[in-house]
This record gives sequence, structure tokens and C-alpha cells, in this order.
Amino acid sequence: MGKYFDMLMQDVRMREGLTACMNCGVCTGVCPAAEFYDYDPRQIVSTVQTQDDDAIEKLLKSDTIWYCGECMSCRPRCPRANTPGYVIQSLRTLSQKLGFFVESEKGRQQLALKRTIGESILTTGYCVHPKLVKPAMHPEQGPVWEWIYDHDQEVYEQFTSAYQREGEGALRRIDDQSMKELRSIFEVTGGKAFFDHIEECSERKAREMGYPSANDDYFNRVYTANNGEHH
Amino acid sequence: MRNSWTEYQKEIADDNYFYVRSCIRQNFFPGSEAAFLNIMRNDLNRDVKEEAIHTSCTGIGYHSDIVPLDTIMTVVARQFALMTEAGYENFISSCITSFGIYNEAMEMWSEFPETEERAREHLYKATGREFKKPKSIAHTSDIIFHHREEIARKAQHKLINVETGRPLRVVEHIGCHYAKIFPKTGFGGSEFPYVLAGMIESWGGDVIDYPERRHCCGFGFRNYLVQANRGYSVANSQKKFESMAPYKPDFIVANCPGCAMFLDKWQYTIAEMEGTVYGQDGQGIPVLTYEEMAGLVLGYDPWQLGMQMHQVNVEPLLDKMGIRYDPTAKYLGKNGKYIGQPADALVNNSSHIQL
Repeated sequence: MGKYFDMLMQDVRMREGLTACMNCGVCTGVCPAAEFYDYDPRQIVSTVQTQDDDAIEKLLKSDTIWYCGECMSCRPRCPRANTPGYVIQSLRTLSQKLGFFVESEKGRQQLALKRTIGESILTTGYCVHPKLVKPAMHPEQGPVWEWIYDHDQEVYEQFTSAYQREGEGALRRIDDQSMKELRSIFEVTGGKAFFDHIEECSERKAREMGYPSANDDYFNRVYTANNGEHH
Repeated sequence: MRNSWTEYQKEIADDNYFYVRSCIRQNFFPGSEAAFLNIMRNDLNRDVKEEAIHTSCTGIGYHSDIVPLDTIMTVVARQFALMTEAGYENFISSCITSFGIYNEAMEMWSEFPETEERAREHLYKATGREFKKPKSIAHTSDIIFHHREEIARKAQHKLINVETGRPLRVVEHIGCHYAKIFPKTGFGGSEFPYVLAGMIESWGGDVIDYPERRHCCGFGFRNYLVQANRGYSVANSQKKFESMAPYKPDFIVANCPGCAMFLDKWQYTIAEMEGTVYGQDGQGIPVLTYEEMAGLVLGYDPWQLGMQMHQVNVEPLLDKMGIRYDPTAKYLGKNGKYIGQPADALVNNSSHIQL
């Protein structure tokens, strides 16, 4: 067996998600990403099944593994009970562990996700909170959202008595002890180290690409760049 | 009505629920979470326990591939520990992504027992807590579905056009992670989900069956969260709008908070980008959460339900249902304070192309 395949098989999602693909292509037929991108989950599963190190390394460094939206529409339709979405999750995890994700435009976006969603989790206890959805970064949210964003306290306090305060209710401030426990879970389980590794790899790549750091211009490029060659 | 859904049934507890919130629902539809608790506690006299010390399940981080599997399983274990400590065993989640996550943890722990053992060790080491697995896990829409006939008996309004006397035509959108990951966890499985259709039928409406009914709303996690990728998200929503528009829906109702938000906001975006709207009379199609739908049926005020937070105006639907509302109160702050109002948007006007 190839070393990358062996590494992938240490992830239970691979053992659950890849039994024996017969290359029928039903997954590609129902896949929203396959309609939008130059993307074919059937081909990815086929490549992984070869256990070929060169081919898998190429995948791990490619944009291809980052197109999937993890809707899991592929899972109930596969006649052999495979889950290409799980295979993708395993490939993405390994790509980040090995630092390969920074070799593709879509892979480098993991820094943006870590700094938005990841930081939000560790500072607020939520994946998303109202002040994270800045209208300038989210023009698609429209004028009603802008009105909510500008008057958040007046709007939210009609529905929750705990807005940004401790106590039961929507958008409450999560207490210090609970936040300590959440951060401790990230420490103990390797979640914090995973975040740090995304930062370290991104910092290295930013310098390699001529940026002074992974902040500011590099971050903005990662968040907004689209070379138009993904379709 | 198709009967295929009846092959996929699950036991739903009748009372005594431990409730966990949704990051997206509380951000965009806080009135819906408030309405769910009001309906359960005050209209249906059920016991719903909320602990202020619960957190996000971190599911959006997990499906953005930044939160490792071991980490999210331990966060799930902590939520279960809070339920155990509170003396409850019926776990209900306000979020479809979370619902998928909780079920995934349970399935993984069953299939790979070493992962449960690791989650227990991690949880104890990180927090000193221990947990029992829930007796039942349900999405909050399952709970409303379970009580739908009781709600129908208390109805102040039906899903009927009061002018014509005909049932309203409703598009229901289930949300991929409700049953595509674990079909047995959803009423009707992944092919014929019945959770929303059952509510619509019980409350007098007609369910529209259209070609792209089961297609994803297009969230796609990283495909929306990173600005460079948002074309994926709007394109998939557009595919659904194009498919449903010829059936002239009176409104869309969504199971998943993310889906409700995207189906609302992408209509705004498409109108601004292309001048296209998909509803009747030159306006967008109102998009409701199932709590808002239940709330309107029970006679709740639309602004108390938070429907002013939608981008697509809901007034055309309220008028069809014969619901009285105060148009001047729509955009007031708490205690009736005037706080200005949002700018106009093409999706709520009639001076553009209508499909």
C-alpha cells in the first residue's frame, strides 16, 4: 500500500466512506460542486483507490479537493455505500497535516476560515455572531442586514433578553468557565495545534510568495482571489 | 401525498426536551428560536430545558475542515454532559448542521467504539465532565411535526388564501444534513422527507413537487464563507429558484436556518445582479422558517416572530392569509423606538423582469 493511503486510512471517515467504488458516477451526477466546478468526485475516489502515492500527493496539493461543499448528497445515492464526501474530508485533513494545502489557491483559503470561523469559536463560543458578518465583506446580505448590523442591540433585544449578556437566550455572552472548557477541549484534542499549524504553513507560504507575513495583503488575497480557472 | 415517507419513522419524545441553539438561527432568525420556546412552553405546555452554558457544536468549523473530528466529538460530548447533569435524555437541536453532527458522533461511536472512548477521555481531561448518550435526538422541526395536529386544533389562521379559498402553494426545503447523511434519522428519509410537508398538509396548504426539490441550497460551507467562492452558493440557489418559479409558490419554508437565510438573501442578490425576481406580482418569494409558519398559524404577530429581519418582504403572504399587521411597526426598535429603516431593494419592487 502507498504511504498516503495508509495515512488516510487512519481516519475513521475513510474506513466508513470508502468500501469499494465501482466508478458508476452517481455521486458526480447529484453533486452540486460538479455542476459548478471542473470537479468529479468519482474521479477522486478512483484516484484514491489506486493507492498511488504520486497521484494522491498531486490531489493533496490541488484545488480539486477543495471544491466539495460537504452537502453529502453523494452519501445516500451511492449503490456501494461509499461516501465520497467523507473521502474528501479525510483528504482535506491530511492535506493540512502535511502542509500541502498552501500549494493551491483554494487550499490556501483555510487560513481565512481559521481566522474567521475558528477565531469566532475560540473567542465567542459560536461559529458565527452578528458582528462577524460585516456588510462590507457580505454585500450579498443586503440592506435589511445592514440595518440590523447598525442597530443590533435595538433589533436583537426584541427577541432575547441576553444579547451579549450572560443568561439563557439567543446570542448570550457565554460565561468564562464554559469558554475555558471549550478552549481546553481544543487544547486536549489537537484542535488548537491544528489551528496553529494552519497559521505556520500560511506564514511560510506568504513569505515564499513575497508577502511580509500572512496578515493584511496575503489574507485579503486568500479571502478574495479567484483565478477564474476553476470551471 | 406519497406514502414512501412512512417507511422512515422515528420515535419522538412527547415531552421533557433538552434544547441547544443554532449559531445561524440565532443570528438571522432569533425570533424563530423565541417562537419555538413560546409555542412549546406556552401553547403546548411542554417542558423544554435550556442551559446557558452550552456552546456552538462547532459544526460549521468542522465542515470547513478546520475543526478536527476528535475535537468536535468532544464538544458534542460536553453538550451531552450538560444534558445528563440537568437530568434530561431527549436532546433537541435548533440547527440542521448540528443535528447531522450529533447523529454523526452517535453513529461513529457505535461503528468505531474506540472513538467514543477517546471522546470520553478527552472530555474528562478537558472539563472533568462525564456523559450519558441521549435516549433520543431530534431536530426542533421534528418536535413541531410531532405536535402538528395539536397546533392545527389551535390554529388562528390556515395556509389558505382567504381571497380565493384555495390552499397556499408551498415549496418546502429540507436541508441536506437533515437526512442525506443518516436517512433513518429523518421523517421520510433522504428521498421523501416529510417533516415540513406534514406540517403544511396539516395546516391546510399544498406542497409543490418540483424538479430540483432535493437540490442543495448552495451553502457549501467554504463555498459561501470565503468571498472568492460565493458564485457556487448563489448558482445553486438560482438553480432551485428557476426550477420552482413556474409552479408559482406563495412561499418557501425551510428546515435549516442556513437554507432559509440563503434562499432569502440570494433572491436579493440575483435581483440586484440580473434584475430577475421569482415570485408573483414582481416580488421575491417570501422565505419562512418552520417556526414562523407555525407562529403565523397560531396567531403570533409577524414582527414578534422577527419576520422584519427577512430581506424579501413577507407582507404579500400575510395579506393572502388574512393576517392583520401594523406596517408602521415593522422596523421599530425595542419599546417602539424609531431606528430608521433599510434601504429599498429590487427584490421587493415590481420594476424588473418577472419569470
